[in-house]
Amino acid sequence: MNDPPLLSITGLHKRFGGLVVTRDVNLDIPRGETHGLIGPNGAGKTTLLSQLQGDLAPNAGTIRLAGRDIVGLSPDKRARMGIARSFQIAALLPEFTVLQNVGIAVQARLGHSFRFWRLATRDPALTGPAREALAEVGLESEAATPAAFLSHGAKRQLEIAIALAMKPALLLLDEPMAGLGKQEAVAMTRLIARLKGAYTILLVEHDMEAVFSLCDRISVLVAGALVATGSPSEIRDDARVRAAYLGH
Amino acid sequence: MDEPVRPRTACPSRDGLVIAAIVAAFACLPPVANAIDQPFLIRVGQRVVIFALAASALNLTLGFGGMISLMHAAFFGLGAYVVAILSFHEVNGDSLGTGPLALVGTSHLALSLPLAVAAGAAVSALLGAAALRTTGVYFIMITLAFNQMLFYYFVAQQTYGGEDGLQIPGALDLAGLDPARRTPYFYVCLAIFAVALVGLQRVVGSRFGMVLRGAKQNERRVITVGVPAFRYKLAAFAISGALTALAGGLMAGAEQFVSPAEMSWSRSGELVVMCVLGGLDTVWGPALGAAAFLILEFGLSNYTTHWQLPFGLIVIAVAAFSREDVAAWARRAGWRA
Repeated sequence: MNDPPLLSITGLHKRFGGLVVTRDVNLDIPRGETHGLIGPNGAGKTTLLSQLQGDLAPNAGTIRLAGRDIVGLSPDKRARMGIARSFQIAALLPEFTVLQNVGIAVQARLGHSFRFWRLATRDPALTGPAREALAEVGLESEAATPAAFLSHGAKRQLEIAIALAMKPALLLLDEPMAGLGKQEAVAMTRLIARLKGAYTILLVEHDMEAVFSLCDRISVLVAGALVATGSPSEIRDDARVRAAYLGH
Repeated sequence: MDEPVRPRTACPSRDGLVIAAIVAAFACLPPVANAIDQPFLIRVGQRVVIFALAASALNLTLGFGGMISLMHAAFFGLGAYVVAILSFHEVNGDSLGTGPLALVGTSHLALSLPLAVAAGAAVSALLGAAALRTTGVYFIMITLAFNQMLFYYFVAQQTYGGEDGLQIPGALDLAGLDPARRTPYFYVCLAIFAVALVGLQRVVGSRFGMVLRGAKQNERRVITVGVPAFRYKLAAFAISGALTALAGGLMAGAEQFVSPAEMSWSRSGELVVMCVLGGLDTVWGPALGAAAFLILEFGLSNYTTHWQLPFGLIVIAVAAFSREDVAAWARRAGWRA
């Protein structure tokens, strides 16, 4: 236990006015784990991710990344420390090509962007790693397509590629399967299975089949509170989870 | 069928050719004006080149950064006043400011233009740092308010002519050249404009430009991948303010006169119209927009003092019927590479 867990959340609390959306959440995720976060709609899953990534500030509690408290750090600072997030509703740069969308993430990782002269789209220091990230998700053939013209499934893949280009320590995936067809969902599951182990992943997802097959451990969030954390089989058999969520 | 809209800066060679063509077209103006014995056209061309520079500078924030600024006339006027005030103090022989901050005046544009640029950069960075805390309509309103603050500041400067403006009392000098000699000064302005346009073309395609254009499309996304977007937007605003102040300084040299009227908020609006008319998504579009705007203004005001009325109708017609800008017409006319 010398090595702190990659992500350690203690006593995290967030409310919007009178509505408590994160209720005393404690969670440790060790390096390399794929951790599922499930719960009914409105349980506060996305809100929790937003607090990890920095879009939202908690009212109380600490979030440690590799032992360092990151509450109060800006989202861009956290991103440079290795937290990458893919959004539930694809948040791309629509006028940019697929390659340029990934290139921005590479650029951010390589230091400041106060470089005013050299053409970014022909800079191998950017395009090389960007193409690698696209290859990882199987989107190389669309490199020159403007992001706005991608299919919904390809947009989800691009979201993942952007996150991978950041060479993240922690991947926060917010419903990567949402809105995907059967085939596309299978392809996305395979993609995440390939990433598993190489990255520490926190996966928010409604596709139960995918979550239970992909995740090492699963946490269940109900009305802002974690009601259970355990292996997929433990969660499947947990009476509280069944009562609160699986509807049995 | 139309091919998908691709980022147009993806073709730098084509844009470079268009910039060269625009500069070459402007360069033909003095000999043509002299040949047809209409030398006053050089003065019109002078205004076109200077406003083309100001509009191109504005478009870095407006078109590429998505920041609708209504305070660029203030930067333009600031640059003009820096040149005029420095010359005023040289002729009067008194110093500007007091104590260790005292400056002697100068009529050398080689000194006063860089100072105008520095003043433009400093003021736009300072005010931009406040304005960029807001977005959208609030950003427009706060830049409008800043514009009016600077406008009334110069209206209140009775030493420098107040609202009547300030006639530059002595002869200016640009490395041995008297700006009152129209043709050579026109070419100096054109050279500065050309260098600025090439520089802007590089900037929008650079890493800096990618961040700026990315933040315009989705600032949250840019932040989420680790880029602190604010400081890049602020830097772009300062570059834009500095170049606009340079245009203002060149204008002071050309006209030997500055006036707060040059920095009214409606002038800020005219700069925005030049950009929109020319197209916001190319570096060279606003230069065409500025030319179209000023030539229309010049042409229509020959017929009526109420030139704004037909001008407004033309702008509405462009917006409503074609939904295209000058740059789009140019592309259709064969500039598409």
